[in-house]
Amino acid sequence: MGIADLFFYLFSALTIGSAVMVISARNPVHAVMFLILAFINAAGLFLLLGAEFLAMLLIIVYVGAVAVLFLFVVMMLDVDFAELRAGYMKYFPVGATIGFIVLGELMALFGAWKSDGGISVTPKAPIPDAATITNTEAIGQVLYTEYIFYFEAVGIILLTAMVGAIVLTFRQNENAKRQNIGDQVARTPETSIEIKKVETGKGI
Amino acid sequence: MVDYFWTTIWPWIIWTPILKTIQSLAFIVPLLILIAYIIYADRKIWAAVQLRRGPNVVGPWGLLQSFADMAKFLLKEPIIPSGSNKVLFLLAPLITAFVTIAVWAVIPIGSGWPADDGTTWVVANINVGILYVLAISSLEVYGIIIGGWASNSKYPFLSALRSAGQMISYEVSIGFVIVTVLLCVGSLNLTDIVLAQRTGLANWLGVPSLTILNWFWLPLFPMFIVFFISALAETNRPPFDLPEAESELVAGFMVEYSSSLYMLFMLGEYLAVTFMCAMTTILFLGGWLPPADIAIFNWIPGVVWFMLKLWLVFFMFAMVKAFVPRYRYDQLMRLGWKVFLPLSLFMVVAVASVLHFFDLAP
Repeated sequence: MGIADLFFYLFSALTIGSAVMVISARNPVHAVMFLILAFINAAGLFLLLGAEFLAMLLIIVYVGAVAVLFLFVVMMLDVDFAELRAGYMKYFPVGATIGFIVLGELMALFGAWKSDGGISVTPKAPIPDAATITNTEAIGQVLYTEYIFYFEAVGIILLTAMVGAIVLTFRQNENAKRQNIGDQVARTPETSIEIKKVETGKGI
Repeated sequence: MVDYFWTTIWPWIIWTPILKTIQSLAFIVPLLILIAYIIYADRKIWAAVQLRRGPNVVGPWGLLQSFADMAKFLLKEPIIPSGSNKVLFLLAPLITAFVTIAVWAVIPIGSGWPADDGTTWVVANINVGILYVLAISSLEVYGIIIGGWASNSKYPFLSALRSAGQMISYEVSIGFVIVTVLLCVGSLNLTDIVLAQRTGLANWLGVPSLTILNWFWLPLFPMFIVFFISALAETNRPPFDLPEAESELVAGFMVEYSSSLYMLFMLGEYLAVTFMCAMTTILFLGGWLPPADIAIFNWIPGVVWFMLKLWLVFFMFAMVKAFVPRYRYDQLMRLGWKVFLPLSLFMVVAVASVLHFFDLAP
């Protein structure tokens, strides 16, 4: 057993352990913390596969942005734990069924893949030999040439989702006072102050 | 079995960790001493601008002030609020300190000396150095947000939310600024970014000995300014120190922290500031490269140039702190999302177009 195997088991055990804790932790903030731990360990698994680009991206996108938003939501919401757990037994069979279906599909897929001697179809855009190029460059070479339309489509879908979320939640308050930065910068002493001579004993 | 020990266990399990530990210690200990003097310089510069003396009691000219402060922090009793979430409360400063130290692993601080033999002084010379930096510094927000929440108190919590929003907003524009630099370099390795600045505008203009013109600050000038201001916001430095706005939020997310726990937050903050100075140096000021092609300049070790540039950038950080009044939160968000984000996005497109159509891309 090599060193890489040792780390593989370490990262996998921690990933699975923290994934279990995500769904079993009583405090939702702790659950998000374990989710972050699971993400980081998954990034470790990517590193062991030699996919350092994906590993770093997983941390930047999921840990650095998505999980922070989760944490925001969970911390701001006043979650009633008793109410959350009320329907647990009712939904358990449905959840378990879905879980077993996914597990079965994955096992069937890997079984077919192994018995077929690896992927039989040739990749659409064969990447160069891994020894001559870093995987960041390899991804860059296919992502913006071969898969540019998929890439742009994903971008548009995300943009649409973002615009939709803003439109749905944006409330224009008519009475709110807003600062126009252009007006502020354009102010001069002539337009904003007036010098008056005040005589003693009299107001203006 | 004996062979297995000498071929696998000894080099990979025993010797490599020992070597890396020694290297890391040789890096971290000078780094922490540097931080002590960065804090001292910050206070001295601030005091000088306000015609005060600043720290001048402990040691000659107050040079040992930071060490005295450290001893005081360590000797005081840590107070943990009874209503706090104890595990997370203790975890938050540790995350901050760990993350801000870990991010230094990929920073190249110099090259081979006295003869440049192509080696670099860096703990981990990895291919995805920039991504590592972005990944690890995106974890910095957790120290703040967990610390604010675990304190179980209103002011720290509001401040933590503010701070998290601020850091995430400015990470976006910092990311785009870094992309413009990467377009000019063609590599994610920090050493390559420095080495790419050996040739450039000076050769074009016909003054190759003025190597200072080769660095990216000149061709990417607006991005240099955007990066500097975003770095101020990202590290919660004045004028963007809203998370610890003492006039409204007492002292931000670390109100409930005391003694060594507070010290870890403070250490993390200054490590992050110094790290941003180092990143500005590497991305825009040519890292360890000398500013002119003169024999004596070339002889001076690269690490000295690196430190000089780092201190120059930090001097600007300190002067901004002394000069500029604090921003309001909506102004801060407007600057990040409505000014810097479109500007840096436009610059990414502009730089990419110029590199492509003039056939300059590496």
